[in-house]
Amino acid sequence: MADESTITLEVFRYHPERDSGPTFQSYEVPYHDDWVVLDALNWVKDNVDGTLTYRWSCRMGVCGSCGMMVNGDPKLTCAVFLKDYFPGAIRIEPLVNFPVERDLVIVLDEFMEKLESVKPWIIRDDVNDTSQGEFKQSPAEFALYTQYSMCINCMLCYSACPEIAAVPDFLGPAAIALAHRYNLDSRDQGQDQRREVLGGRDAVWECTFVGECTEVCPKNVDPAGAIQQVKVASTKDWYKRVLMPWGQR
Amino acid sequence: MRKPLVRPFPRHWYVQRRAYRLFMARELTALFIGAYLIFLLVLLNKLGAGEDVFVAFLKVLRHPLSLILHVLVLVAALWHSITWFNLTPTVMPLFLGEKRVAGPMIAVGLGYLPWIVVTILIIWGVCA
Repeated sequence: MADESTITLEVFRYHPERDSGPTFQSYEVPYHDDWVVLDALNWVKDNVDGTLTYRWSCRMGVCGSCGMMVNGDPKLTCAVFLKDYFPGAIRIEPLVNFPVERDLVIVLDEFMEKLESVKPWIIRDDVNDTSQGEFKQSPAEFALYTQYSMCINCMLCYSACPEIAAVPDFLGPAAIALAHRYNLDSRDQGQDQRREVLGGRDAVWECTFVGECTEVCPKNVDPAGAIQQVKVASTKDWYKRVLMPWGQR
Repeated sequence: MRKPLVRPFPRHWYVQRRAYRLFMARELTALFIGAYLIFLLVLLNKLGAGEDVFVAFLKVLRHPLSLILHVLVLVAALWHSITWFNLTPTVMPLFLGEKRVAGPMIAVGLGYLPWIVVTILIIWGVCA
């Protein structure tokens, strides 16, 4: 009979200098019903195996560092409790659809490039001169984009997206949601600069609306919704340019 | 030394998660809708070919196999319509001032209600 005070973690291990492929290593971890999966990993690192490598920081669903596959689902390990899996074993893998750097750490380079390509910051034609006062925004204007500004770049949505797996260059849910967030911001004037990246190759039109990105998002950002809205905006924009070319600046 | 490990993408990914299976079901219903549109064109063609041809074609359509196919297409069309109507609020969010209009209101207002009204009008038109 299994000892009720412990729970088994099956952890994905990969050492780039030693291993040609991944292996799984089992650890028996003390079971506490107020522990999250990240607590269990930290216990292993502190008490059993200091070589176990993974990312984490805030422990409170803000930093977006500790995303991993937990029993096949992309999760923030600081937000899933052992009690939800006990007494069964918990299988922990690095986020899928990303190359693995080592153990549970994924390679972020391509994601960072995608994120940067949509210019997720406020773009102004004029230089922000503080002597002129702040750029004002009404509560209604703020409400339009608030949801999409909650993204913590945890990349769970990229792991949930089969399109990312099929087309690795696909811009992806989080980057498009953030682009949409700035396009919707009344203070922003950068839509023209984001148009080509959003409407071009490997961008919104790659999305087939599986919708799983929205399901796994820990911050209720709804990237699937954002992508479809960009499709609508992009279509309207295209018709406007073709039918009313004289309307261009 | 960096040696990133690339894991293979499973060929049968669409059976792995419930959400993926539901997605594939939704997408596959489009084939039934497409096939039925072709059928409607054939029906129009037969109608244009004269009464005898059309009546003979209607007789063929009464075959049990044809009825089964029609029921299948009906189920697929319902699945297709309902899943897409339910996604309308995600694609077209509406705001009244600061408040976002509730999803079901949009699904009913832009999807279900016009659908029911048009269906009633068609049935009324056929019966009248």
